[in-house]
Amino acid sequence: MSKPIAIEVSGVEKTFRIPTHKVDSLKERLTTFSQQDFRELQALRGVSFEVERGEFFGIVGRNGSGKSTLLKILASIYAADGGRVRMAGQLAPFIELGVGFNPELTARENVELNGVMMGLTRRDARSRLAAVLAFAELEEFVDLKLKNYSSGMLVRLAFSVMIQSDAEILLIDEVLAVGDASFQQKCSDVFHEIRDSARTVVFVTHDMSAVEQYCHRAMLLHDGEIKAIGDSGEVARSYLRLNFEQAPGESDADMGGVADITLADVWLEDGDGKRITNVEREAEVGFGAVLEAHRTVEGPTFGFIFTNSDGVEVTGFGLGLPKDLPDRLEAGQRVRLSGEIENRMAPGRYVVKCWIHREHNYANLVLHSPQVLDFVVFGKEGAGVVSLDHAVSATVEGP
Amino acid sequence: MNAQPQTAELREVGGPSALGGGWSRFFELLWLMSVTEFKKTFFGTALGYLWSLVRPLLLFAVLLLVFTQVFKIDIPHYPVLLLFNIVLFGFFQEATGGAVSSVLAQEGIVRKTQFPRLVIPLAVVLTALFTLGLNMIVVFGFMLGFGVYPMWTWLLLPVLFAPLFVFVCALAMLLSALNVRFRDVTIIWVVVATALNYATPVIYPLEFVQGTLKHLLMANPLTPIFQQAHVWMIDSHAEGVWAAAGGPLPLIAAGLIYVAVCILGVWVFNREAPRIAEQL
Repeated sequence: MSKPIAIEVSGVEKTFRIPTHKVDSLKERLTTFSQQDFRELQALRGVSFEVERGEFFGIVGRNGSGKSTLLKILASIYAADGGRVRMAGQLAPFIELGVGFNPELTARENVELNGVMMGLTRRDARSRLAAVLAFAELEEFVDLKLKNYSSGMLVRLAFSVMIQSDAEILLIDEVLAVGDASFQQKCSDVFHEIRDSARTVVFVTHDMSAVEQYCHRAMLLHDGEIKAIGDSGEVARSYLRLNFEQAPGESDADMGGVADITLADVWLEDGDGKRITNVEREAEVGFGAVLEAHRTVEGPTFGFIFTNSDGVEVTGFGLGLPKDLPDRLEAGQRVRLSGEIENRMAPGRYVVKCWIHREHNYANLVLHSPQVLDFVVFGKEGAGVVSLDHAVSATVEGP
Repeated sequence: MNAQPQTAELREVGGPSALGGGWSRFFELLWLMSVTEFKKTFFGTALGYLWSLVRPLLLFAVLLLVFTQVFKIDIPHYPVLLLFNIVLFGFFQEATGGAVSSVLAQEGIVRKTQFPRLVIPLAVVLTALFTLGLNMIVVFGFMLGFGVYPMWTWLLLPVLFAPLFVFVCALAMLLSALNVRFRDVTIIWVVVATALNYATPVIYPLEFVQGTLKHLLMANPLTPIFQQAHVWMIDSHAEGVWAAAGGPLPLIAAGLIYVAVCILGVWVFNREAPRIAEQL
């Protein structure tokens, strides 16, 4: 190992004590004499790894795998219960964009405030203003209060503040999913630039293509433990495998391994058949999946449900095998699903769940994967969760 | 802040704390947050600063009417004493009342950035102190207008403010940390602060109270401060703190409470600070 270490994590543990009944008032505390019951949730079980200086290091894992907790411990937002974290160099204390922005203040004041949060002096923070605004393309709005900014403008400003800081170590939690296409391109350029610079980045994401694109190395967390670490492509594939092979009952224990049918691949593609992870609003979207049978399954049904970030099931579809074929899958057979989906989804983050049943009966679950795809629809914000066609026009009546 | 990447050494990350990230960053943030908050109330609305004056002045007008026309309090310069006390107690109320829920209100910052937690309640206190400073200019204008002769003891104003400021800071730390754990502290504090308003000689002169009750009032750490302010700022012939206490005991009690609150505030906040983000 030639390069110096920027982040060294050894044996970090974190357990959350979740009270079965949360006492959050003094009144309750004083009137309840019994001991409180806790459920212990081990978010991190002795995680150790090192990140070299200048590395772009990805952390992937399903929801609840402990990756956000780890990031918060790195950022000194949570205290670790055990283990040690050491870092070389200055850390940007943000893990999400736009936190610490005060909507009542102007961009000018917010940039200063954020700069100071990053450890700059006020004078230094002010001297950054021009560069920050130039990158965000918001020079004209310097004295506009942030509450009057659109969400896209806010994100641009926030990203720009982060990028223009001096911090040698950046912790980034899911950011690329924002802004319009041209700004995304800009962010992508910056990420490539950082990738090749001396700055160290720890990047938490669900977007496997981003992991493969930017990260030198990556790490897969599962149930608070490191499942895989190393080459980002390898890790991305282990993540997908972990997602697809998850059988009903969540844990592998009761299933004794792989389900009867597994999802080998699932993707979205654009009009030209190119695989994509970010979908432009109202652009043509194709959906594809490959399923593989490991045992004979009678009457399989495949279901996919698209859920937005608020947990609302926006759309979904289910289908069986073609009518002219026997309604049965034999071990080793593969099914390819492909086609177009009407893209009326409002901008935001979406997760696709997958269900497979046998004998066309919803009670006979073969596979349930809560998250087989994770994508973002970007573009102009509109009202609602979907945009429907409308033919409403205005006429003027009266004198 | 041009750190040299070549010489940076691995340093242990301490986790979240009250101060987190060095003293200079702490003070820069404290100052910036207080000033921006102050500017917001100052320039945020059309009448800006006037609004923060209207409230104590209206209260002053009403109380003055009641206590000079109905209860007929007749001591030298009672109106300006009343105004002075209302403004001073207003600072106490605004600072502690604002601080209680401050950490909860800044949830986003606490949960998503490495932010020195202590800055949040202290910024509220500092903002209230700025307002107090401005209000005092108006109060001194009234004092001159009502015929109080300038005294050299006016220069001792900071000597009065310093212990009050420290006390309020300690309370702000205690309350804001407790409120994260127990959400009803906000409501409880409103009641306690109102009770304190009457347990401190704000609207009545201490001379009007006699016996054990007076000694009890002196055990309230705020009372000696307000009473000394009466002597130093308004009327040098008013009853001194020592005489009003009628012995060392009440003052010792006040001192003990004062120190206890300060220690408790620092201790509780320090203890809670690393876990605040998890409990929001």
